[in-house]
Amino acid sequence: MTDQTANGPMLAADGTPLKQSLNRALRRQKLRAFLLIAPLLIFVLVTFIAPIGDMLFRSVQNDIVADTLPRTVAALSKWNAESGAPPEEPVYRALASDLLIAVAEKTHTQLGTRLNYEDSGFSSLLRGTGRDVDDMGEDVTKALVAIDPIWDEPTTWTNLLGEPAWVSAQADWDKAGGKTAEPPFVLSPVAQQNLPLTSAAFADFARVMQTVKNDSPTEKRPWNTVAIGLTEDLKANPAAAGAFGTEWQPALSAIVAAAQMGTIPAANFTAAFTESDKAWATPQPWSIIKIFSPRFTSGYFLNAVDLKMTADGIAPRADSERVYIMLFLRTMILSLAITGTCILLGYPVAWLLANLPPRTANLLMILVLLPFWTSLLVRTSAWKVLLQQQGVINDLLVWAGLVADENRLVLINNQTGTIIAMTHILLPFMILPLYSVMKTIPPSYLRAAKSLGATDWTAFWRVYFPQSIPGIGAGSILVFILAIGYYITPELVGGAKGVFISNRIAYHIGTSLNWGLAAALGSLLLIVVLVLYWVYDRIVGIDNVKLG
Amino acid sequence: MADGAMTNDAFVVFDRVQKSYDGVTLVVKDLNLSLPKGEFLTMLGPSGSGKTTCLMMLAGFETATHGEIRLNGRNINTVSPHKRGIGMVFQNYALFPHMTVAENLAFPLEVRKLDKSTRDQKVKRALDMVQMGAFAGRRPSQLSGGQQQRVALARALVFEPELVLMDEPLGALDKQLREHMQFEITRLAHELGITTVYVTHDQTEALTMSDRVAVFNDGRIQQLAPPSELYEAPVNSFVAQFIGENNRLMGTVTEMKDGICVVRLDSGDFIDAKPVNVSKVGDRTQVSIRPERVETNKARLSPGAHTLKAEVLEFIYMGDIFRTRLKVAGHDDFVIKTRNAPDQVRHQPGQTIEIGWLPEDCRALDAP
Repeated sequence: MTDQTANGPMLAADGTPLKQSLNRALRRQKLRAFLLIAPLLIFVLVTFIAPIGDMLFRSVQNDIVADTLPRTVAALSKWNAESGAPPEEPVYRALASDLLIAVAEKTHTQLGTRLNYEDSGFSSLLRGTGRDVDDMGEDVTKALVAIDPIWDEPTTWTNLLGEPAWVSAQADWDKAGGKTAEPPFVLSPVAQQNLPLTSAAFADFARVMQTVKNDSPTEKRPWNTVAIGLTEDLKANPAAAGAFGTEWQPALSAIVAAAQMGTIPAANFTAAFTESDKAWATPQPWSIIKIFSPRFTSGYFLNAVDLKMTADGIAPRADSERVYIMLFLRTMILSLAITGTCILLGYPVAWLLANLPPRTANLLMILVLLPFWTSLLVRTSAWKVLLQQQGVINDLLVWAGLVADENRLVLINNQTGTIIAMTHILLPFMILPLYSVMKTIPPSYLRAAKSLGATDWTAFWRVYFPQSIPGIGAGSILVFILAIGYYITPELVGGAKGVFISNRIAYHIGTSLNWGLAAALGSLLLIVVLVLYWVYDRIVGIDNVKLG
Repeated sequence: MADGAMTNDAFVVFDRVQKSYDGVTLVVKDLNLSLPKGEFLTMLGPSGSGKTTCLMMLAGFETATHGEIRLNGRNINTVSPHKRGIGMVFQNYALFPHMTVAENLAFPLEVRKLDKSTRDQKVKRALDMVQMGAFAGRRPSQLSGGQQQRVALARALVFEPELVLMDEPLGALDKQLREHMQFEITRLAHELGITTVYVTHDQTEALTMSDRVAVFNDGRIQQLAPPSELYEAPVNSFVAQFIGENNRLMGTVTEMKDGICVVRLDSGDFIDAKPVNVSKVGDRTQVSIRPERVETNKARLSPGAHTLKAEVLEFIYMGDIFRTRLKVAGHDDFVIKTRNAPDQVRHQPGQTIEIGWLPEDCRALDAP
């Protein structure tokens, strides 16, 4: 019932284009098909793709420096790391401000852990300085208190800098004993306008007091940075002393006078940091902070290939720290070896399976599948019992006189152990695809080859083997990809020399908690597998892989 | 029964061959067969009759449990298949899928270590022989069934074997192609003077292609004869029933003289028949009459011949012939075939007619 209009598209009986008609007719079907796969799709997306994506994203994510040390990062942007000199005083001061908050929030230890990956010793440096930072600039506060004891009172600061409405609300809250929600600190506009440094420092202090310590800013004398800010504000703008009304004028004017006289010592954070740790006098920690201040970093990936970022660019790590390239190579080579042994051992078994009478083949198939019925851990532990130097295999060899008692073979806690145990565990993954491919090769091919004059070997090698290659391909891909990411068996029987890259990834996820590096190593492993898959596709052809 | 005579010029000989797979039952029971050079012999029989086993024993893929198989005077029981030099065409062709047509054909020449130019020349000649010269570079999967069949045939012939075995090679082809290939195969076999052993369960194929046909059943050769003899003079009821269409009537011999016997059918009617497998009066027998040998025109029968009353049940117009189903002596599956000629009577269902036949067309066989 279609109609071809002069030169338009094919039309359905009702005049709508045929294509549109067909789409409409199929839409319901397509929707139904989609709904059928939707539960799995959602399940996989939510529980697999999204978490893995998030995990892999950590390999480049680096928010912690910028989030913990925002002022320092901003101040450091002007500093040139290649100058060879440490940065100027404002940078030290910015770090002091950041650290005060970080110490209160206890984020400086996390930052220390993060930067320790890049420069060992950073963690203890930040912890040490974090303990000292509270006392830096103490002499300024002391000088203020000496001028007027009211500066020792916490309420002096809140009354001066807080919005009157907040001051009374906070007083009510204090009286009530802290049972209700604390009114968040609000800066008075006057203070904000006239004492900008003081206000900024105090606002941070009040926020930390209220949100982190869950305490009232009226209970504790503020940080030294607030006193320093007040001194500098008043020195820069003496007129500010008069902006707060008559009751504040004497106290503030006294500070103005003292600042002009020079009786208040200038804050020296450079000296204070150097006193806390000599490392701060060198450019090294600063350049680390600067290099890793961007929110995205290639540091984890460089680390994963035994490189590091320095002020001079990318450089190889010290010999003692190079492990990952070696581990990647070992993982590849051992996986290839395991794949090879699986082919050698699995091929004859698969051939038997495909050619024995059904009853015997079923029994053999059960034996092949038997390992799947026991836990992986149990099988691997069994290998420990078999392979150790006082184990069953060595005992047998010694008993048979093949090995001298004092020269028992080292079969475990090395690469031999990993290869033996993993070959055993992965063998079914080679046998099953091989078997299903061999099952489809009719016996008449071998007969035909023999009837044409080929010997048994020629018939096998020229006729049977080429047709079983898709099975070898499928089995090899399965075994290799499973082997490359294997964890539990190398962990248990591999010792130090037989572990895989995945053991290192697990270590970084579970023990060192360096998730960024773990994610980078994982991403690299994924990339390596994809590249190998691509190479395989180019050489063998993925359509040449059959699972049955 | 089997032709047991061992002539000196016999090319292939089965001498008292037996085969058992499980040690309990015999699949092939006492097979004796000899083929002269150049003969086209077909092994015909229902599935499980042992014909393929015989072929496999000849090819060397199965070993005889007892007896001797000789090829050109040499006992080949222990010769491995690749040394027998027998060409074979398999049921599913067994063309190597990973090789091109030319490579498939070159394979037997390669393993015989022929040099490349000889190989190419022979491959080309073999492909031209089956009109597949243009397809040398193709893979078997790119060929149609009939083309694959031709390539398989060429591959079995390319190394110039004296004996070629074919295991139901035309089973997968459609009717027209099959008929064409039947002709091709017999032409090639005769042109090249090859001895051919051909296995099939299709009797038309067996009748049209063979010099002689061995009808297998139950592990034995039931009859070994040229096609015409097989059809017109079956030696037992199995062969009569298996080859061509056949009308059966059960009865007892009541009289025997001058090479003619009178059989009293179970319905009480009397008929004349030629005794084949009956020896004395009182023997139970199954008489067998071919549908086209039944006569409805009484004038053509000899005077005094027994006739039977028959009721027409069905008349089927088949173009060249008429097929009429009758009820005769209590059997309602009695079929007669008459030629579509201008003067031929077209019987109407319900009509009662009289039928008869020449005694030599009606064979009194064993009662199964």
